[in-house]
Amino acid sequence: MEFFAQQFINGLTLGSIYGLIALGYTMVFGIIGMVNFAHGDVFMLSSFIALIFFLILTTWLGLTSVALVFLIVLIVAMVLTALWGWAIERVAYRPLRGSFRLAPLISAIGVSIFLSNFVQVVQGARNKPVPPLVRDVIVLYENGQYTVTLSYKQAIIMTTTALLLAGFWYLVQRTSFGRAQRACEQDRRMAALLGINVDRTISLTFVLGAALAAVAGTLYLLYYGVVSFSDGFVPGVKAFTAAVLGGIGSLPGAVLGGLIIGLIETFWSAYFSIEYKDVAAFLILIVVLIFKPSGILGRPEVEKV
Amino acid sequence: MSDATGLTRLATLKDEPPAAMPGGPADPILVVDHLTMRFGGLTAVGDVSFKVGRGDITALIGPNGAGKTTVFNCITGFYKPTEGMIRLRQREGETYLLERLPGHDVNRLARVARTFQNIRLFPQMTVLENLLVAMHKPLMRASGFSLAGILGLPGYRRAQDEAIAKAAAWIERIGLTHRADEPAGDLPYGDQRRLEIARAMCTDPVLLCLDEPAAGLNPRESADLNTLLRLIRDEFGTSVLLIEHDMSVVMQISDRIVVLDYGIKIADGTPDQIRNDTRVIAAYLGVDDEEVAAVEAEVGLAGTHA
Repeated sequence: MEFFAQQFINGLTLGSIYGLIALGYTMVFGIIGMVNFAHGDVFMLSSFIALIFFLILTTWLGLTSVALVFLIVLIVAMVLTALWGWAIERVAYRPLRGSFRLAPLISAIGVSIFLSNFVQVVQGARNKPVPPLVRDVIVLYENGQYTVTLSYKQAIIMTTTALLLAGFWYLVQRTSFGRAQRACEQDRRMAALLGINVDRTISLTFVLGAALAAVAGTLYLLYYGVVSFSDGFVPGVKAFTAAVLGGIGSLPGAVLGGLIIGLIETFWSAYFSIEYKDVAAFLILIVVLIFKPSGILGRPEVEKV
Repeated sequence: MSDATGLTRLATLKDEPPAAMPGGPADPILVVDHLTMRFGGLTAVGDVSFKVGRGDITALIGPNGAGKTTVFNCITGFYKPTEGMIRLRQREGETYLLERLPGHDVNRLARVARTFQNIRLFPQMTVLENLLVAMHKPLMRASGFSLAGILGLPGYRRAQDEAIAKAAAWIERIGLTHRADEPAGDLPYGDQRRLEIARAMCTDPVLLCLDEPAAGLNPRESADLNTLLRLIRDEFGTSVLLIEHDMSVVMQISDRIVVLDYGIKIADGTPDQIRNDTRVIAAYLGVDDEEVAAVEAEVGLAGTHA
């Protein structure tokens, strides 16, 4: 039971990160119906941005306040990654908007390859470590044999995720921008006729998705303490699986899917074999695609007559 | 004109320089000038010119495939016309060439709103949200592009309250107050139609283009629609251009009627003039040009024209 509780906490932490990345997939799919395969690499890129600024702040400027360093790194990573997200949409996707359906998809794969190779060239192929930022743990339960702990890192990750999701939910449900975004999802041409700048709304969606990926990237770096140029692919595909599992296009679905994938992966490594944890995650993708392609919270595709 | 048969009048129409628009409204809000739209070899609209009077309800009628919706699509920036100009002049004097504006600026700057033949509400949004979407521009400005909105600053609160009040007033006008928080897709057809018009009105348009607003409505809903359109004209001073097949709507509420057939304008005038126009009757009955005179005689109109 104690072991289970511990794995549950670990799974939720991992799932939070997947959920944050999955939001980017699901929002972009919702608004332009395209799977942004470069999103995982945007996540990886943001991790590197966080790494660089973490090292600048701690070694060059000698900042010691953990909370301050974390906050600055998080904000800088969000802003810079958002800029990347904006630029990628502008350069690689917008010119192809009127083109056939596969064109932006292929372009996205191109961007994905470009980003991972770009980072490999400028940062090198080795894993980049950071010294651990927070080590403290909270002991939740102890009975001599087992201890169930919640590390500060895990607490930070879950709290940040929860806060951002609340803010994000508010943005989409309650603000004018959110309404415009949902309008563009449902009928882009009609939205334009109501005076909504569709191009700008799509740009902002990419910016938001990238900013959330940056949060995930920063938290990933905080959690694992190491990042490499190839780290975008597997978490990216798992987050995509999460988005599909939750119902692609559905924001709560993306988070739910992320948590489920995180939990399954953690439990699988804990109880079965750690080597096959990725197999477990992708098995879900296959099963979901076969039996419930619209996902847990997704709406079934209704044929328009 | 009075002694001409349908045949010769058709000929003179073709020979006339199309710029001549006899008897058009004195203060037009919209001037469609030599509009031509070709799709490959097909000329959907051929050299059509007409004016929409400020504060008028103008109907655009014609048999199926006459090019009415194509004209609408040119006006609202869906199609770039092959030839011709579409000028919109606001009361303050600003003039916009609609065929050159990008999609969203047709509404944002030129303040033209439209509806479609099929309903294009946002079905998963509530009735209220559908109307709030139409007030995106003022809300977005007030919210400092969402930053102030997230922080809940007073300026945004005020703008949002105003927007909700305006939306609520429209919801009341179309009698949907009790269903304001339901998804728009769950409403009955007639309500959805009127909600679309209310949504278009929430963008503060100077020109409202309605594509077959009465299609599929029962006589009672049709009468409600007439009331709503008169209200829009009389209380809001919004000019209305509508495509309609339902002659009870067209004849009752239109100030002017423009008739298209095979992409060409065949008549333009008051409802009374159109009612008695033989070419219009012929176009609707689907007879050949040669038979127009026969039709005239048949319906007893030749006498009134002679």
